[in-house]
Amino acid sequence: MVPKPDMLRSALGRVRGLGSAKEGTHHWWQQRLTAVALIPLSIWLIASIVSLSSSGYAGFASWFHNPIHATVMILFLLAVFHHAQLGLQVVIEDYVPNHAARTVCVVAAKFACIALAVSCVVSILVVAFKG
Amino acid sequence: MVEFTLPKNSQVKPGKKHAVPPGAKNLRTFKVYRYDPDTDENPRLDSYDVDMDTCGPMVLDALLKIKDETDQTLTLRRSCREGICGSCSMNIDGRNTLACLKPIEECKGDVKVYPLPHMPVIKDLVPDLTHVYAQYASIEPWLKTDTPAPPNAERQQSPEERAKLDGLWECILCFCCTTSCPSYWWNGDRYLGPAILLQAARWINDSRDEATGERLDNLEDPFRLYRCHTIMNCTQTCPKGLNPAKAIADIKMKMVERQG
Repeated sequence: MVPKPDMLRSALGRVRGLGSAKEGTHHWWQQRLTAVALIPLSIWLIASIVSLSSSGYAGFASWFHNPIHATVMILFLLAVFHHAQLGLQVVIEDYVPNHAARTVCVVAAKFACIALAVSCVVSILVVAFKG
Repeated sequence: MVEFTLPKNSQVKPGKKHAVPPGAKNLRTFKVYRYDPDTDENPRLDSYDVDMDTCGPMVLDALLKIKDETDQTLTLRRSCREGICGSCSMNIDGRNTLACLKPIEECKGDVKVYPLPHMPVIKDLVPDLTHVYAQYASIEPWLKTDTPAPPNAERQQSPEERAKLDGLWECILCFCCTTSCPSYWWNGDRYLGPAILLQAARWINDSRDEATGERLDNLEDPFRLYRCHTIMNCTQTCPKGLNPAKAIADIKMKMVERQG
């Protein structure tokens, strides 16, 4: 461990620090739920892409006109990006010790995931409604 | 970023080669991490040849033989020499274990002996455990109750309730698991690590304790508990055959259980 500037504080005082955040279970549980949801959704997506692979853009576009396909695709995207931002947050917290840098990275990752998720969903809707 | 390489003053240099004991035929080489805080020198890896015909079977026997007969400056912790006290935990042949329980025969080639990984080293094989002991104190490892004890009897527990402590009470706090955990290496200042979380589970699962919720409250934290990513090094390395990863998973399940 790197010596901290509060070396004269007692070891127990340093361990207790700012106390427990009383948070983390929700994050952990959401990560598990999205992971479980992604198993059938991913299988469905891969099977769909394989079956449509030779039909070109027009084939994909008309496939999205079916509201069930568009709905499940949007569910997949929401689960993916929710799972991604939860996972990225954990990775960043693991490997970026500086608190300011860590906060900037976590916020940037979350913003990027939200932006990507919204743009993907809008794209699906555009294709679904307009072709 | 996380430090993946050792800082310059911690890089291990080749050390001294100690002479072969005269007349010895059955030799085994021990390469032992040495660090002396009283000099400015880097840590080094000293090499000792030990006569296996006059040495006990365990790595601790060899280390004590080296200290007795070859090099009295070698510093290590040991007490019970039978896997109960947890003092002689160190990294042997690339794995954290107790020197007193590790047969020399099981080691491949030269026997490499290092202190527990990623802890500050006081001297040679002695790591500074102040921080983990403070972490242990932080989980308040004692029975907490509001109900007074029965006046003429102990607090009672059924055999089934007592069985829930099996696999938890046996921990001897050697910290082989905690110091094998990458998550603890990176975030040990806030993550409690497998040994302390297993101890926390020992009190959370005790039917006589009345502070279960308070204990869970204190653990519910992205760093204290949820830095565990189920890497399982803890369970693989535990010299007592315990399963800290399962104890941590049980705590997480209780966290979810109390939400709905």
